[in-house]
Amino acid sequence: MGINVELFLQTLPIMAKGLVGIFVVTGIIILSIYILNKSTGRPKKDKKKPDEAGK
Amino acid sequence: MEAITQFLEPLFGNVINLDYKQVIMWVIGGILIYLAVKKDMEPTLLLPMGFGAILVNLPLSGVVDQIYDTGTEEGVIDLLFNSGIANELFPLLLFIGIGAMIDFGPLLTNPKLMLFGAAAQFGIFFTLSMAALFGFDLKDAASIAIIGAADGPTSIFVANYFESNYLGAIIVAAYSYMALVPIVQPPVIKLLTTKKERLIRMPYEQKEVSKMTRILFPIIVTIITGIFAPRAVALIGFLMFGNLIRECGVLNSLSETAQNVLANLITLLLGITIAARMQAEDFLNPQTLLILALGLVAFIFDTAGGVLFAKFLNLFLKKKINPMIGASGISAFPMSARVVHKMGLAEDKQNFLLMHSIGVNVSGQIASVIAGGLILNLIAR
Repeated sequence: MGINVELFLQTLPIMAKGLVGIFVVTGIIILSIYILNKSTGRPKKDKKKPDEAGK
Repeated sequence: MEAITQFLEPLFGNVINLDYKQVIMWVIGGILIYLAVKKDMEPTLLLPMGFGAILVNLPLSGVVDQIYDTGTEEGVIDLLFNSGIANELFPLLLFIGIGAMIDFGPLLTNPKLMLFGAAAQFGIFFTLSMAALFGFDLKDAASIAIIGAADGPTSIFVANYFESNYLGAIIVAAYSYMALVPIVQPPVIKLLTTKKERLIRMPYEQKEVSKMTRILFPIIVTIITGIFAPRAVALIGFLMFGNLIRECGVLNSLSETAQNVLANLITLLLGITIAARMQAEDFLNPQTLLILALGLVAFIFDTAGGVLFAKFLNLFLKKKINPMIGASGISAFPMSARVVHKMGLAEDKQNFLLMHSIGVNVSGQIASVIAGGLILNLIAR
C-alpha cells in the first residue's frame, strides 16, 4: 500500500459528479418543499383520529 | 505426570491458543467500554462493540465460526452478522426508528437550509480522493469516505455494499467521531470564521407547517431521491417511512415503538454484531490507523464545507447568515446543532441559533443518505 496518484486522479471526476449531483437533488427537494408549502397553505386544526396500531 | 497433563489439558489447553493480538483487542474493547461508561461517548454502540471485541477475540471463541476436524461450528455473532448486517437489514430497520425521531419542521419552514446539508457532504468526496491517494482501492476508498456522512447506518450500508475489508474499522471510526463532534467541530469553525461572523444574529420566524406538507414531504423526498440515486432507495425509503409513521397522526403507537423499542432493540444487537469484524487478524493492521485518520479528515472537511459555503452565500446576501450554522450540515443529530448553538451563545448570550442549526442538521441527515446513494451509483461494485 502506497501513494497512488493515478487512482487519486480517477476519483476527481467522481468527486465533481457527486457534488453536482447532491446539489441538484437537494435543489429539487427545496423546490418541491416551496411548492408544497404554497399549495397546502395555512395549517388547519387537525381532528384527532383513533390510533390504528395493532389493527 | 502424563496423567496430570491429560487431566489439565481439556481445562487449560486453550490457553496456548491465546495470541498477543487478541490481548490487544481486549484492551481496545476495554477502551471502548471506558469511553462509553466514563465519557458517555455513544454508549449505546461503543459499549456493545467493546464487549463484543472481547467476546470475538477469546481463543477459539464460540461466538464466531470455528473450523474443527469434525466440521464448522457456527458462532452466534457470525450468525447475527450474516442475517442482520451482511444483508443490510439492521441499519435499514434502525433507519425506521431514526426517521420516526426526526421532526423536519425547522427545515420545512426554511427549505433553503438544505443547501448547507448538501455543502457539508464535501468531506465525503474529498476523503474518497484522499483514501484513493493513500492506496486504498476504489471500493474501500468509497466505504471509508462515508465515515464523513457522520451517519452510522449509512456507513454500515455502504461499506457492506462494497464488501469492504475494513468494515470494523470504518464503523468504529464512524461512531467514535460522531461522539467526538463537540471536540472536532469547534476548532475548525473558529479557524474558518471571524468573531464578527460568529456574532451574526439570525432571528427565527416561527411559521407553522401544514399537516399535509408534513405527510407529503417524506413521500416526495423518497420519490426524488429514488429517481436520482436508486440504490439509496432502501436507505431513504426506510428513513422516510419512519417519518411518515410519525407525521401521519394516526399511528402514534407505531411511531413510539419505532422511536424507542425498535431503535433500542436494533442498536442493542448492532453494536455486538459489528464486533464480528473486530477480530484481531482483521482489525490490527496499519490500515486501521489510516482509516481512523481519514475519518477525522472527512469530519473536518464536512465541517469546513458547510461553513465555507455559508460564507460564500454571504457574499451575495443582504441578510447575512451566521456561517457557523453551515457546520451543522453533517448528519450527527442533534450533537452538531447543539455545538453550533452553544458556540453562538458563547459569543453573544442573546444569539439563539438552535432552530436554524437544527434545520441544517436534519438536512444533513437527508443529504448524507443522498451522498451515500450517489457514491453507490458512481462507483461500480
